[in-house]
Amino acid sequence: MQLKINGQTVEVTETKSLLDVVKEFGASAPFALAVNGQFVPKSQHESWNLAEQDSIEILSPVQGG
Amino acid sequence: MAIDVNTDLLDIYGQKFSSRLLIGSALYPSPKVMQDSIAASQAQIVTVSLRRQSPESGGGNMFWQQIKDLGLTILPNTAGCHSIQEAVTLAQMSREIFETDWVKLELVGDEYNLQPDPIDLVKATEILINDGFKVLPYCTDDLVICRHLVELGCEVLMPWGAPIGTGKGLLNPYALSAIRNRFPQTTLVVDAGIGKPSDAVQAFELGYDAILLNSAVAQAQDPIVMAQAFKAACEAGRFGYLAGKMPEKDTAQPSTPTLGMPFWHQS
Repeated sequence: MQLKINGQTVEVTETKSLLDVVKEFGASAPFALAVNGQFVPKSQHESWNLAEQDSIEILSPVQGG
Repeated sequence: MAIDVNTDLLDIYGQKFSSRLLIGSALYPSPKVMQDSIAASQAQIVTVSLRRQSPESGGGNMFWQQIKDLGLTILPNTAGCHSIQEAVTLAQMSREIFETDWVKLELVGDEYNLQPDPIDLVKATEILINDGFKVLPYCTDDLVICRHLVELGCEVLMPWGAPIGTGKGLLNPYALSAIRNRFPQTTLVVDAGIGKPSDAVQAFELGYDAILLNSAVAQAQDPIVMAQAFKAACEAGRFGYLAGKMPEKDTAQPSTPTLGMPFWHQS
């Protein structure tokens, strides 16, 4: 299955959970996730069903004004 | 009767603060200068944001630890969002990661001056308030937009003084003053555009409750000393406003007593 993570195209096996996919990508806490522009709460990271061409955003704290 | 910052408190959605300076965490020359500047400002609220995680840079954990070490109240922003959906999603992600229902709602309407989109700002505010957020909208100084935001339930408004990062000061004191007069019960924060401590004083003299700034400190030649200067300016402006200025006169009035004047006035 082909996905986009933070704008990068990646290939993953279809059986992986959203949490597994982002961890394999290298995500480390703290982070929050969105799929196709929709927020996915932490409670759904393991159960969320990914689909072909889904676009995942992994966001972390940065400086802000 | 004298006042002090511990009794004259800023109210942000029911939380009380002795500092009336909200400060940003961006653009400092180094993480150490950021920490020292924020500490020197004695601000109690610091703004942060979310961006794509870069695993090679530690995933943002180092920055987040530095901010947590300051022990301040966190105000996440939605800087850079250009649509309602982007802003709402970013706010929801911020709520989870920063564990706060506060959001500094920024919705860019034009890249040229980063002016907030007033129409989408109101729509996004409504969505977020219905989702349980306490919204601190970064808005223009348009009285009617402010009225819509207040009617939706915003207890705090943050009109701009000037476009973000310009340091031009308060470009339209009349409009800011009108907002103050129209919404006496709303907590008003001048956000963006402040460049020097006297701009901060002016905001307080207009009756504003607080200021939010970042570049004015972070990009000063000495950010730590400028942070101290803004702390003093906030107190000076606020105390001056509470004290009430003297009535203006069109002609000079001697301050030294004229009675008993020696020499030439005596016959």
